[in-house]
Amino acid sequence: MVTFLSLAVPVILLLLIAKPFGHYLANIFDYESGKRSIGDKWLLPFEKLVINISGLHTKTQNWKQYLFALMATNTLMIAIVYLIFRLQGVLPLNPEGVASMEASLAFNTAISFMTNTNLQHYSGESGLSYLSQMIGILFMMFAAPATALAVCMAFIRGITGKKLGNFFVDFIRSITRVLLPISIVFGLAFVALGMPQTLGGPVTVETLEGDVQEIAVGPVGSFLAIKQLGNNGGGYFGVNSSHPFENPDGISNMLQIILMFLITASLPLAYGKMSGNVKQGWILCAAMWLMFASFSAVAVSGEYSGNPAMEQLGIGAGQASMEGKEARFTPAESAFYAVTTTATETGAVNNMHDTLTPLSGLVTLANMMLNTVFGGVGAGFMNVIMYAMIAVFLTGLMIGRTPEFLGKKLESSEMKIISVTLLLHPLLILGFSALALATDMGNASITNEGFHGISQVIYEYSSAAANNGSGFEGLDDDTPFWNVTTGIVMYIGRFLPLAAMLAVAHSLLRKKRIPESSGTMRTDEPIFGGLFIMCTLIVGALTFLPALVIGPVAEWVTLYL
Amino acid sequence: MKKLDVPMLSLFRLSFVIMLLCGLLYPLAMTAVAQATMKEKANGSMIYDEDGQAIGSEFIGQSFRQPGFFHGRVSSIVYDGGNSGSENYAPGNLELLDRVNQSLYEWVNINEEIPVAEVPIDLLTNSASGLDPHISPEAAKIQIPRISAERNIDEETLTKLVEKHTEGRNLGIFGTERVNVLQLNLALLEFIE
Repeated sequence: MVTFLSLAVPVILLLLIAKPFGHYLANIFDYESGKRSIGDKWLLPFEKLVINISGLHTKTQNWKQYLFALMATNTLMIAIVYLIFRLQGVLPLNPEGVASMEASLAFNTAISFMTNTNLQHYSGESGLSYLSQMIGILFMMFAAPATALAVCMAFIRGITGKKLGNFFVDFIRSITRVLLPISIVFGLAFVALGMPQTLGGPVTVETLEGDVQEIAVGPVGSFLAIKQLGNNGGGYFGVNSSHPFENPDGISNMLQIILMFLITASLPLAYGKMSGNVKQGWILCAAMWLMFASFSAVAVSGEYSGNPAMEQLGIGAGQASMEGKEARFTPAESAFYAVTTTATETGAVNNMHDTLTPLSGLVTLANMMLNTVFGGVGAGFMNVIMYAMIAVFLTGLMIGRTPEFLGKKLESSEMKIISVTLLLHPLLILGFSALALATDMGNASITNEGFHGISQVIYEYSSAAANNGSGFEGLDDDTPFWNVTTGIVMYIGRFLPLAAMLAVAHSLLRKKRIPESSGTMRTDEPIFGGLFIMCTLIVGALTFLPALVIGPVAEWVTLYL
Repeated sequence: MKKLDVPMLSLFRLSFVIMLLCGLLYPLAMTAVAQATMKEKANGSMIYDEDGQAIGSEFIGQSFRQPGFFHGRVSSIVYDGGNSGSENYAPGNLELLDRVNQSLYEWVNINEEIPVAEVPIDLLTNSASGLDPHISPEAAKIQIPRISAERNIDEETLTKLVEKHTEGRNLGIFGTERVNVLQLNLALLEFIE
């Protein structure tokens, strides 16, 4: 019962926060209507200053200008940070004398953090100088979610018939009015719970048994807040949020879960407010929570089923699987965190996903393959709307009604773009997994034999394509092959869907709104939530079931039957 | 470029402004505030002996091998606090089973009276971080007969000591009931003195 509460309390808190926070988001990004927004008094002068220093304008953009602005900004940032990584050995703020990064690793890492993925092929504690950690990693941890939140807001404005807006205004507001203030509050709370926040070097101690122990510290609290809130997920330490300094107790664990959901679970309600269709926002929200709850139930029961291979040695009978987990979290909290981090495409981990029992491993994979149970900041919600449009289109055809979304007809021009985007995701995951499994360069990195090894490969590309960033970390992935291929997958998996969804918004924006009639299929009733779930699961199953069968399902059969 | 309306130089400027704000100003200001208001925690919650010498951190586990101390979780990195990590063995990995067999062998060596079937699983498995400072209260209690024999302290006193150092769930809901191994061993030494 208490264990159930430990999972239910964060969800209940989120359900309570989602509406006011969603409305706050709607308010601060509704500047095209000419209304004043919350925070204008204090923040507008500062935001104008940033715009003026940069020499940018705040006029509304068309979709091509918007897309160019975001692509150019993000690609330039990748180039700058790539250079910082390559030169970190000779740049200042490098007290431990970390060497400059190798080319393919720097390529991978720069793309990884700009695409909100945070796959980390470098070693956590020793791969980056303080300078790289701050103006490389931390900088991108703000810039990446700010970009996606900006595009998502432009997308929502577009499909609800407003002007697209200006990328730079959206980008800067995302930082000044959402990411930065919340990070400051939670960062300090995290320090109060025990996370270090210092620029001093590692502390050396003599242990009780007389050994010398070096203890790495650093500015962890400020890092953690934006890592979770922005659905970034890259760890300050190598083992991420399973490190005691990066997740000291049950409360910090619960707060991290809330932060991962905060923006992405509030966006449907921001959308409901902006589109004037509040009920549809709630329906989508409810559908996603329902999928999330079912997945969590599977994962939690998977971990409590224990490890039969160990039980055959005569130990651990009736006990949950504890390999790769921390003693301060219940197995339920560990499994729940794993489902949360993959549903929200964050990638932070409080346990090692490679050690998960097969069913929980399957759930984490499924989350990244579907990429639509919440998803990351902004990008996730656009995916959700894409699936909602597919649901409208498919059922509209089946029952002979005109497929309409928010009063606009969905026609072949939009559906073509959506179909290509839909196919891209499996193509990246399965195509590159096949490549890795067929070549020595790919196979050489697998560290767990048999079916689990296949899962390791599929997991890595799912994580890259969905911009998640967690891994079956046993995979020995700091090789040119993995650095370059996952770098490409992350870049395409990030920017092509963003571009496609802007194009869809543009296409709908030009259409006339048609009045609702008795022939309109309602999208604000529970049945639509059901259709949305069905559509997601059927499309997902048709695409990925074969891959899941030779990975986690086969592993489950060998282990338990 | 004119049609797309964004001069390249402006993008450079924007990048550097955001870099300064989020990459430098934010972490430095947070560090200043944290150091001014929560110095001890901000520096890693270190534990000191009477001479003011740091002997460990409240949050970072230490390696205990002597039979007279309570032991913690398995750590493939031997509690190297400058690093973190574990072996990432899948549940069916044969090397995992080999390692568990090794732990069982060591267990039988120093706890001959306690059958392995009764050993809590957290003592036989590698934590995620390799730095886990905690074990379950059961895992502490099952070591009491050994400590009692080694240190010549009666089991009842040790049970009380373990119970005193058992932390409850946070707010009664979150996390587990757990024992901080380093602090328990410190209390053990203190008791002996």
